[in-house]
Amino acid sequence: MANVATTTTAPRQIQAAPPAAHGLTGRAKAERKLGLLLCAPAVIVMLFVAGFPILYAFWLSLHRADLRFPQLDAWVGLDNYKSVLTSSTWWQDVGNTLIITVVSVSIELVLGMLIAQAMYRAIYARTAIRVAVLVPYGAVTVVAAFAWRLAFDPATGFVTHWLGLTTPPLTTRSGSFILIIMAEVWKTTPFIALLLLGGLALVPEDLYKAAKVDGATSLQRFFRITLPLIKPALMVAVLFRTLDAFRIYDVVYIMTNGANNTESVSLLGYRVLINRLNLGLGSAISVLIFFCVILIALTFTRFLGASPQRR
Amino acid sequence: MDQENTPTRKTLWIFAVVGVLIYALVPVIWIASLSLKTPESIGDGSFLPTHWTLHNYTTAFKTGFFTASLRNSIGIALITTVIALAFASMAAYAITRLDFPGKTAILAGALAVTMFPAISIVGGLYNVWRNIGLFDTWAGLILPYLSFSLPLSIYILSAFFREIPWDLEKAAQMDGATPLQAFWRVILPLAVPGVFTAGILTFIAAWNDFLFANVLTATNSARTAPVALSYFTGASQFQQPAGAIAAGAVIVTVPILIMVLIFQRRIVSGLTAGAVKG
Repeated sequence: MANVATTTTAPRQIQAAPPAAHGLTGRAKAERKLGLLLCAPAVIVMLFVAGFPILYAFWLSLHRADLRFPQLDAWVGLDNYKSVLTSSTWWQDVGNTLIITVVSVSIELVLGMLIAQAMYRAIYARTAIRVAVLVPYGAVTVVAAFAWRLAFDPATGFVTHWLGLTTPPLTTRSGSFILIIMAEVWKTTPFIALLLLGGLALVPEDLYKAAKVDGATSLQRFFRITLPLIKPALMVAVLFRTLDAFRIYDVVYIMTNGANNTESVSLLGYRVLINRLNLGLGSAISVLIFFCVILIALTFTRFLGASPQRR
Repeated sequence: MDQENTPTRKTLWIFAVVGVLIYALVPVIWIASLSLKTPESIGDGSFLPTHWTLHNYTTAFKTGFFTASLRNSIGIALITTVIALAFASMAAYAITRLDFPGKTAILAGALAVTMFPAISIVGGLYNVWRNIGLFDTWAGLILPYLSFSLPLSIYILSAFFREIPWDLEKAAQMDGATPLQAFWRVILPLAVPGVFTAGILTFIAAWNDFLFANVLTATNSARTAPVALSYFTGASQFQQPAGAIAAGAVIVTVPILIMVLIFQRRIVSGLTAGAVKG
């Protein structure tokens, strides 16, 4: 992590900037050229397929651009944003997305911590645990969503029979949310667990021994030693998962496709862009989601001390 | 620790291990079991099949669009992985080893890209791809997958490259090798473990994507397996789509399971190294 300047260490970026070009030797010049050359393909791809489309989306969002009525294209300023921000659907979907994000990331954090501890300290079957935990990580999200949906569907599954549920969960709003969150938690907890495992490996074993000698209980050891020391890894894990959960699309699409008022903002964007082919309005939604994500990232890095550049 | 192997401790650990295994594996075992049920017994509410059949697998493979989608998924994920590794190792080498302007900007930009919501760029790509002929093609999916996997690959590879004994490179250059030769002949072989790790994570990400594949494809020529799975639901040509979906889900999961079994160490080290060393 030493070589990567973080956003908070601006002075180092200035130091790292090389001296003016005319003072360079031939060797240094060749090195600069090679450096830029080697980075060029990656940078060009990222600019062309991520940077440009964002700017294009912003441009589209300021226009009336409906693929069904291309002759009506026109500059409309912020009208699309006005339509989105005054529609109850947008705010409803923001609320849905926040529910899914907050609940699933909280559960994942607790569960991920337990699993990380199990992976780190297991005296039995350590390899088996690690392999097993990677299964949900590697499983395709669509498959995860189908597995949970089909298990809870009375026509195909076993859960409603076992639990004696009379109403199928996917017919109610709360049931749908619970299933969406369960599928999401199952699929993504391993990611958090593995990042936390990386943090746990950094805690010196001597600290635990010393605390034990001093009579600290295991809970005290966890809250006074483990937690403060793995905080950096923890914050990065939470930041990345929060950003990821806020963009949730696959699970909701497969599970309910937005039925029972469970639509997420990404699904709303997809519907307006692709089903209604309204690129202007859809792009306004896309840009707003983009700003939400920036806001989340800034909140985490500024106020909660997450420093993603450690990754 | 001192009281390591007391009987209570042992029992607790057995419970913990079993708990983790149940959490991780039951949904996968369930979908496999569902895929083996006969159409008549699919609604019997049992966890394991009472009547076994491979009928669902033949159904899944008989539908041309699922077989085509598997071919697309494999091809697209493999090509994405190869190109991402080539580009990312070049960039990571330059970032860890060479002195040139704009390094910080590249890393910060790459980090920003990992945070981009896919939905925010997919609309623009949809429109551009239709106009320049990339819509519903392999390249049309490989490009966004590349841009989303390059940042992580660059970060992982930079973390690995920093651990390499670079004096060997100097020695090679002393013996008259150019920087490029020193890279290909001396350093690349040492970097293979890191490259492997980044490659596996890239493959998994490309294999897993649903949003881009759902928006940027329309036919068998580029539709990937996760999207094809979602189309099973509406298709009424199956008497019991659930069985076929389950079979398809198992088929899509098998390659990942194999990779996880073979490369578990690499995946774990890649994800943990990303958080700690990077």
